Amino acid sequence: MTSREEILRRIRAATADISSPPEVPRRYQMAGGATGRTDDGLVDRFAERASDYRATVRRCPAADAAQVIAGAVAARGTRRIGVPPDFPAEWSALLPGAVPDDPPLEVAALDGLDGVVTTCAVAIAETGTIVLDAGPGQGRRAFTLVPDYHLAVVRTGQIVATVPDAVAALDPARPLTWISGPSATSDIELTRVEGVHGPRTLDIVIVAD
Amino acid sequence: MTFLGMPTAPRGVGQLRQREPFPDAAASALGDRQLRRNLGHATAVIRAKRAAAVAEVADWAELRAAGAAIKDDVLAHLDRYLVQLEAQVTAQGGTVHWAGDANEANQIVTGLIRATGQTEVVKVKSMATQEIGLNEALADAGITATETDLAELIVQLGHDRPSHILVPAIHRNRSQIRDIFTREMPDAPAGLSDEPADLAAAARAHLRRKFLAATVAISGANFAIAETGTLAVVESEGNGRMCLTLPRTLITVMGIEKILPAWRDLEVFLQLLPRSSTAERMNPYTSMWTGATEGQDFHLVLLATGRTATLADPAGRAALRCIRCSACLNVCPVYERTGGHAYGSVYPGPIGAVLSPQLTGVTDNPDLPFASTLCGACYEVCPVAIDIPSMLVHLRSRVVDDKRAHHHGAAEAAAMRGLAWTMSDSRRWTWALRAGHAGRLFGRRYGRIRRLPGPLAAWTGSRDLPRPPAQTFRDWWARRARDTS
Repeated sequence: MTSREEILRRIRAATADISSPPEVPRRYQMAGGATGRTDDGLVDRFAERASDYRATVRRCPAADAAQVIAGAVAARGTRRIGVPPDFPAEWSALLPGAVPDDPPLEVAALDGLDGVVTTCAVAIAETGTIVLDAGPGQGRRAFTLVPDYHLAVVRTGQIVATVPDAVAALDPARPLTWISGPSATSDIELTRVEGVHGPRTLDIVIVAD
Repeated sequence: MTFLGMPTAPRGVGQLRQREPFPDAAASALGDRQLRRNLGHATAVIRAKRAAAVAEVADWAELRAAGAAIKDDVLAHLDRYLVQLEAQVTAQGGTVHWAGDANEANQIVTGLIRATGQTEVVKVKSMATQEIGLNEALADAGITATETDLAELIVQLGHDRPSHILVPAIHRNRSQIRDIFTREMPDAPAGLSDEPADLAAAARAHLRRKFLAATVAISGANFAIAETGTLAVVESEGNGRMCLTLPRTLITVMGIEKILPAWRDLEVFLQLLPRSSTAERMNPYTSMWTGATEGQDFHLVLLATGRTATLADPAGRAALRCIRCSACLNVCPVYERTGGHAYGSVYPGPIGAVLSPQLTGVTDNPDLPFASTLCGACYEVCPVAIDIPSMLVHLRSRVVDDKRAHHHGAAEAAAMRGLAWTMSDSRRWTWALRAGHAGRLFGRRYGRIRRLPGPLAAWTGSRDLPRPPAQTFRDWWARRARDTS
């Protein structure tokens, strides 16, 4: 008998007494479908909660996006900034030191960047989280990991209210990275400290749809 | 009670067993004032934060009920969900391995690493691999595993053992960590301060080159979705992302109970886990991947060791709902004072007291079900509503049955039989209570009896006994009845 068969046999024997497990009571708040495009309160809440993690959040109308993004990057003193394939050209137009990740940069080259700009797939108001799914303008997973600075552009229409809303909106077949503030640790005296292995600085620009 | 055909976790490998009796280990931990200060500070901080993070969620009780029921469904249909997970991971280009026990899991992982020709691997913090002693098995095979989680690094550099599920170095304060780094980290900056931010920066610099050069990584998993084959790792520092993303080969070792049936179930657990563990609305990073991702070679090792024996006990199986948040450790009055090392197992605290003895069988961890005051704080904070106090009582009876079967604990059993004889007759009982007056010879100085003579000293070895009163209740009652008539 293989280990697989033996394990499955043991599980069946161990659970033989369970006749019917309880129905799962889903009386918690389910996905509601509202987004920040129509609900300004969600945008406020997302901005407030992302700031709680010491991310720097800026908001602007679509017409000013390129200027605000370039201003945020300049304020960090970053020179070589990575730009993933399919990042909207109108948003990167004013970035002076843009380095396209096309063809994909080697890890050492990524390490040589000062930072990156990306879009995102979904943002969650309740938790101040952005989620990347390696879609257009987001880059592969290493792209937003190795450089020390990450600027994420969030459109108001991408902001959902809750975690259930985000789970409903995401595709599990894609590689997903949920990001809530800059990298941090609670390993020293259970107190949160920003800045370990991931980007130590996270900027978020919210662009009105 | 034993469960036929259900092997427990094997002896001689891994870290699940108490090394010395809990009362002895606890007594030496209690004598360490620095340890008690460190633990008292850290647990007080996290308790307050967790309470605030949970109070913010209006539907917490409903999420908790859903979380418990989802996990019960997983346990009831574990065979089906495992087969489904295997099919999904395989269809997405991953390879699934089944490990009946710790030795088999260690052999599988060693073989997979050898096949890559590498002798160095990076690791994301994982309870499963600690439980099975993977690092030690790899070292025996000439493979160096570097822990990349900050607290694990502190433990590894300090030649220490983990003492908490979430924060394995919780027993160390900042200046102790500075001293370990200065002593053990060749590239530690000169004049390193004990500011947490500086310590984190030193760890970042130390591990950076290793991450960028690594070609093989080992991780655990917080969740695995049967429906889609998706794996999830929840973390803070980005060391998880480094290990999951950069190396060409990724080996994930996961206890079979980590499954969730459907993708949407994450909407419950991604609310319960972060708020219960680090007491945040959301942890900094969560990675999810399905099968072989972005050109990687992906292996999933399903670990059954001790799980089926636990699953077979209807009154104990709910311990497998555990999502390793460690909220129960932080509220436990026993854990807060003794720390995690006293429990011997990698799973300390209340959940460890019910999980470790079930994984190993109660013969090998007979003290742990007694390492509790049954105050119930652990049950209250558990995000999947594991009734730890009731389970402790159940396991205490299993320990007694086990000792009886092995003819141990004869003195205690004889004492209990004597007590039953005495208490079954009212005259015998009244006489016995009066005889208890003799106990007033002891404890005159402190008002409590701190040490009984002879074999009775075993009872007072780990507790004080109240000094018997001058008059028994029965005598008082009889006199009162006479006086009023």
